[in-house]
Amino acid sequence: MALAITFGDWISEIENWVFAVLALVMVYSALRVVTSKNVVHAALFLVITLGGSAAMFVLLASEFVAWTVVLVYLGAVIILILFGVMITRAPLGFETRLSHPVRVQVGAALASGALFVLIGGAMLDAFGDDPLPAASATRAEEIGQSLFERFVIPFEVVSFVLLAALIGGIVLARQDPTVEEEEVLS
Amino acid sequence: MIINQFLILGAALFSIGVYGVLARRNAVLVLLSVELMLAAVNINLVAFDRYLQDSIAGGQIFALFVITVAAAEVGIGLAIVLLIFRNRKSANVDELDLMKL
Repeated sequence: MALAITFGDWISEIENWVFAVLALVMVYSALRVVTSKNVVHAALFLVITLGGSAAMFVLLASEFVAWTVVLVYLGAVIILILFGVMITRAPLGFETRLSHPVRVQVGAALASGALFVLIGGAMLDAFGDDPLPAASATRAEEIGQSLFERFVIPFEVVSFVLLAALIGGIVLARQDPTVEEEEVLS
Repeated sequence: MIINQFLILGAALFSIGVYGVLARRNAVLVLLSVELMLAAVNINLVAFDRYLQDSIAGGQIFALFVITVAAAEVGIGLAIVLLIFRNRKSANVDELDLMKL
């Protein structure tokens, strides 16, 4: 599968420069997420990767999804994970036992490398150098129209999923009072 | 821009996430790696939405649903990790062998 587009042609577009820089930053910080010896550093590198994905959505003219990622992931999920790290008293400093032994890591690297070659090869074979058509940014109005007309049943179902997750999270994480505490309370 | 640059980036992030799930020992870090995989899937969905010029923006809507479910998953996942930590005094996935004969 020979690509008709050369790297020189590709990199001469300004938005591909933006893409290349963002992609390098994202892949580097994703690698740091899975190799960092410090749990808090791993969570903060995940912030960089997810921020990069929000920038990719802007590049793909999907602003509503980009701001949703910023609000939900960077705003809520990372805070939740940092609280989880603190509450489970996971080792906060540098810790060598956060990953499996080296032979498991080598096996995992081989497996994920093979997966990358497979997926990447299949994508190159299927799409080659098909250009993305020029598009103006999707407005939030279009997303809202589509969400509340065509996708209204999945929308309701997902609200139920969120309710179940809310109740389930509270039930799971609630600490049952000990016998002495119950005597004090009663 | 060609579509494959986004698809290859998504494949790279997904593979890194798979590596994290396989190689990490701490349950919180396994959850972080799952988040990486979900972010890679979102990039692919939005790239295909742009590629196919969907009139109802199905790819973007699907990405929004993935984000919502991922938020619920993190909440439940952290609650489970917290419960395991409380009972076993450890959040390492290889020490959770209660169901192993």
